[in-house]
Amino acid sequence: MKLSRTLQIASSPHVSSGASVDHIMYHVVLALLPVVGFAVYAFGLAAALVIFTATASCVATEHFLNRLNRRETPVSDWSVTITGILYGLTLPPALPLWMVVIGGVFGVGIGKYLFGGLAYNAFNPALVGRAFLQAAFPQAMTHWSEAFSPGRFTDLPSSTLTIPMAEPVYDAVTSATPLAVMKFQNATTGVPELAFGLTSGSVGETCAALILAGGAYLALRNMLNWRIPVSILATVAGLSFLMNLIAPGEYASPVFMLFSGGLMLGAVFMATDMVASPITNAGCWLYGLLIGALVVVIRYWGGMPEGVMYAILLANAVSPHIDRLIQPTVFGTRPENGEKKDEQEGTA
Amino acid sequence: MSTPTTHTDEFIKGLWRDNPVFIQVLGMCPALAVSNTAMNALTMGLATSFVLLMSGLSVSALARFIPREARIVCYICIIASFVTTVDYAIMAISLELHKSLGAFISLIVVNCLILGRSEAFASKNSMGRAAADALGMGVGFTAALLSIGMVREILGAGTLFNVELFPEGYQTWTVMVLPSGGFFAMAVWLLVVNAIKQRQETAARLKEEAS
Repeated sequence: MKLSRTLQIASSPHVSSGASVDHIMYHVVLALLPVVGFAVYAFGLAAALVIFTATASCVATEHFLNRLNRRETPVSDWSVTITGILYGLTLPPALPLWMVVIGGVFGVGIGKYLFGGLAYNAFNPALVGRAFLQAAFPQAMTHWSEAFSPGRFTDLPSSTLTIPMAEPVYDAVTSATPLAVMKFQNATTGVPELAFGLTSGSVGETCAALILAGGAYLALRNMLNWRIPVSILATVAGLSFLMNLIAPGEYASPVFMLFSGGLMLGAVFMATDMVASPITNAGCWLYGLLIGALVVVIRYWGGMPEGVMYAILLANAVSPHIDRLIQPTVFGTRPENGEKKDEQEGTA
Repeated sequence: MSTPTTHTDEFIKGLWRDNPVFIQVLGMCPALAVSNTAMNALTMGLATSFVLLMSGLSVSALARFIPREARIVCYICIIASFVTTVDYAIMAISLELHKSLGAFISLIVVNCLILGRSEAFASKNSMGRAAADALGMGVGFTAALLSIGMVREILGAGTLFNVELFPEGYQTWTVMVLPSGGFFAMAVWLLVVNAIKQRQETAARLKEEAS
């Protein structure tokens, strides 16, 4: 933080950590860059276009809506850029670009702006956009192209440039995600492939190692509450260990559960959305526990192979209630009970 | 609510200023549940309009004989008899349509729009006024349902009144024919209506200040 040389008179607090929205968000973008890089390396031109279109549509929506209501555009604080990148990372690589735009406009417009913009969004806007696409275009959202296909840097899949509103036609080789293989063929995938992203899947969810590295970077800089991912991953590992112990043939192993699908991306970058997650540390543990349990339940017994997105959105809905339940004591006072607590809401 | 004078005013207010769905937000259950196609929406709107008109007339005519303490029961009886008429009429016209609307025709009985208009308007006004009000509300309700239903059918199925609108290969938006699509279409229409209303109010205020 730069210090002004002129004499400043202000009331407390006088000491600032220097953290501001754009500062933190800038570092999140940095932490995401390796993941984006790997996504482009694994899925080629299509992934680059998907991530770029996703980011552009989110930023443009935010800018346009704010200008429409004559508000100052908040695009320069990077937050919507992160929403856009994260949203792009959750999409299948061969998704038609017009669908990418629709999800981005929906996520930022309805998931964020209608709730009041940054810091008022009850749900993670990136996941709102993805959930809408999943409900609107289920076939296109579950069409996974092969990773590391030979012509990925020169050719685009035919579906990417589909005319708006038209049904995509696929020519590229498809391959099931590890979770789908698990669900429908009951076959597991090796851990090295999962950890280093050699499998098919959403653009940015495949390489667990890079996601964890990005998360560790942010956690060390204190820009991400490490309790949330740790709690989610521990819950998933614990529950799947138990189930795997009971019926090893039927339920996937904990290691597979941890490294497959969108769990890493969701736990590290999605669930930790500062607005939609609880405020207190105890609340964060509870929130992570809830997400982890929901992920395991949806994956084992749900109709779909993957459930991280719905688990996080459901937990987002619960997080204000977690905040009400776990109220910190105001510094210098004793814990009070009754109605007084409600008045202190938001002071933490 | 100010008291307009002529019958035309009573009719017109239901179309926009007191639109039952977009302004009063009444009768949400059919508006969200059976607006998945334009045909369903239109049928539902017309059926509700008929019940609205007939029960409005009856309530207005019988207002003096209905005891205050038991008025809701009496209104429900009146409404239910007309709903039964509509139910059988639709079944006779098209069994397919009747099936696709399901229990929602019978549920017109408990549509708060009809009970609300009977209680708040028809019981206190002459039959002519009650009829004008009921017709206005009915047309407003039908128009609102149709506007939701059209959006949902065009996006969700690529058709309008079962007529194909697009060439082959149209990507349907599955979500729009699902219940959640009703909420999305409804929300977007509310947004549009409120934006227009706000703009009108601002314009009126500016005009007032200027004069």
